[in-house]
Amino acid sequence: MYEKTMIQKIVTAYGPSGREQEVTDVIRSFVEPLVDEVTVDALGNLIAHKKGTSGKKIMLVAHMDQIGLVVTDIDEKGFLRVSNVGGVHPVTAAARPVRFENGTRGVTYFETENSGFMNPSKTAITQLFIDIGADSREEAEAKVQLGDMAVYDVNFLEMGRRISCGALDNRICCAALVEALKDMETEHDIYAVFSVQEEVGTRGAGAAAYAIGPDLCINLDVTLFGDTPKCMPMAVKLGGGAAIKIMDASVIVAPMVYTFLEDVAKAEDIACQRDVMRMGGTDTSVVQRSRDGVLAGGISIPVRYVHSPVETADLRDYEATVALLRAAVKRSELPQR
Amino acid sequence: MLGRLEELCNLNGVSGDEGRVRRYIKEIAKDYADEVWTDTMGNLYAHKKGDGPKVVVAAHMDEVGMIIWGAMENGLLIYQTQGIDPRVVVSKRVVVGPREIPGVIGAKAIHLQSMEDRKKVLSHSELFIDIGAKDKADALKYVSPGDYAAFDTKWERLGSDRMKAKALDDRMGCAIALELLKQTYDCDFTAVFTVQEELGLRGAQAAAYNVKPQVALVLEGTTANDLPKTQGHQHITKVGGGPAISFMDGSTIVPRAMFEALKSAAQEAEISFQVKQGTAGGNDAGAIHKALSGCVTGVISVPTRYLHSPCSLASISDFENAYRLADAFFATGKQNEVINEVL
Repeated sequence: MYEKTMIQKIVTAYGPSGREQEVTDVIRSFVEPLVDEVTVDALGNLIAHKKGTSGKKIMLVAHMDQIGLVVTDIDEKGFLRVSNVGGVHPVTAAARPVRFENGTRGVTYFETENSGFMNPSKTAITQLFIDIGADSREEAEAKVQLGDMAVYDVNFLEMGRRISCGALDNRICCAALVEALKDMETEHDIYAVFSVQEEVGTRGAGAAAYAIGPDLCINLDVTLFGDTPKCMPMAVKLGGGAAIKIMDASVIVAPMVYTFLEDVAKAEDIACQRDVMRMGGTDTSVVQRSRDGVLAGGISIPVRYVHSPVETADLRDYEATVALLRAAVKRSELPQR
Repeated sequence: MLGRLEELCNLNGVSGDEGRVRRYIKEIAKDYADEVWTDTMGNLYAHKKGDGPKVVVAAHMDEVGMIIWGAMENGLLIYQTQGIDPRVVVSKRVVVGPREIPGVIGAKAIHLQSMEDRKKVLSHSELFIDIGAKDKADALKYVSPGDYAAFDTKWERLGSDRMKAKALDDRMGCAIALELLKQTYDCDFTAVFTVQEELGLRGAQAAAYNVKPQVALVLEGTTANDLPKTQGHQHITKVGGGPAISFMDGSTIVPRAMFEALKSAAQEAEISFQVKQGTAGGNDAGAIHKALSGCVTGVISVPTRYLHSPCSLASISDFENAYRLADAFFATGKQNEVINEVL
């Protein structure tokens, strides 16, 4: 079973790439009682260490940053101009309520030229702005500074066994990792890493992998889907279970890693599906290529409408992911070359 | 510092061919550093031993330019390049190879152009370097495939507070880093002069691995887009507006503690500064901040118009104040503050 209030707290915390302090604090409060030691490195990666006896180190990593908008200019009328932090689609980013770390609220819109309406063909991020209700530059600067970041405002929605929220990528996986740490049975050293800056190009996890030097890494991230109207063909579907990563645009997982996870799923009767994602990269790649190379794989939770304020996931996939992770680290024999 | 910048800008050092610049910097740095050494990639290190955190100041030695990959039957040279707009190379003088053979890049005269020709932008593959060779054999007496070509323009002062030169990006950073070496700060200080930044931060990655810094400050020339018809929010930086402090660019998100420490260093020393108002482009910070187990990294840039051209333009006072800002940052011990705040 899952703890919905914990999921909700983690997925609604503020934390765009490079500004992950609030989500770090939230996750830290949940993991501190579950592990032996919690540290934060120079980049801001939160590393929770649970000591083991086997001498083997397993790194479990989920990025905690979300996409956002960064303020690049404040004009004389108090409008904020922005640039994207990570993969923001300009059309999706317009006409949205947003919030800043200090609680300031605003709405986004496009330059409308003479029509009064947004022109969807003009989709450059340079034409987007945020209105925080200020009448002047001075009034705006009292609330927001250049370099401050906004995220889509909290919009946690329950739809039966599914949930929708702006930061399910990748907080749903952060929650799954926290969930898996509860009463985790393992003989190995576990390093649960909540990494920073994945959305701007997998910049954080490599530093954590370098510091840890793991024998095996399992990355938790969301994956795309192939079950909505007229979408790109893809075998993954919502509710189909934990998606075991075969490859994505940044990494090819070694066969002994994904077959290990598939064997565990089969033995424990955990619903799973294969994840072959053609677009998008994950932290799996930088961990795999750190130091002298690391056996690294991933378990993905399928999420619809990724990088929008209505990202949607199925809690059955969440539960399967938690179960698979717990069962995998329980094994004495880990995959080897 | 300005005289040194002039000499640095007039040296040719296209990515991968930084030898002239490295020799010049090494000669000066050895008088101020405890040890000066070069790694296998060509990065130059000037280390001043000290107590306290390991600090790196990084500036790249390389400039954008061209590499020759052959001569045509008629003696014209074919080149390849990266990071240069083909519109800026037509009718420019260049020098080619270790002997700095002069040449020009020409295009079809206006008399011969059709209406279509006039509307079209020539690509690099349609442009050639002419060194005045009679034919292929003659050209290959002076130039070999793999030789580098650099713009042949000299540093000049324009007006009271402006200067123009090629390679202001990033010889300004090199000149500032050399000046910082004269000072003594509360840290173990290494000035790193990197190679191949313009090709994708290639040297800096090895440099970070070698020094293992806890704090890094990258000194750069960045884009100023303060031109007519550009809306205010797209200026990025303004020439004459002071050194630019970055919160984010295409390669790095600066930790808030570092961004704030740089701003307060400027405020305390009463140096007027600007916040870089764009997030495009990258610099060595992108490679340094995520090397090994991570490093707290910030960026100070000098706003520069017409970047990556034979005639980029910057403000002399912005350049001097960028030095003052970096000096103030280290002199007031901000390197220790940011480490304590982040870790």
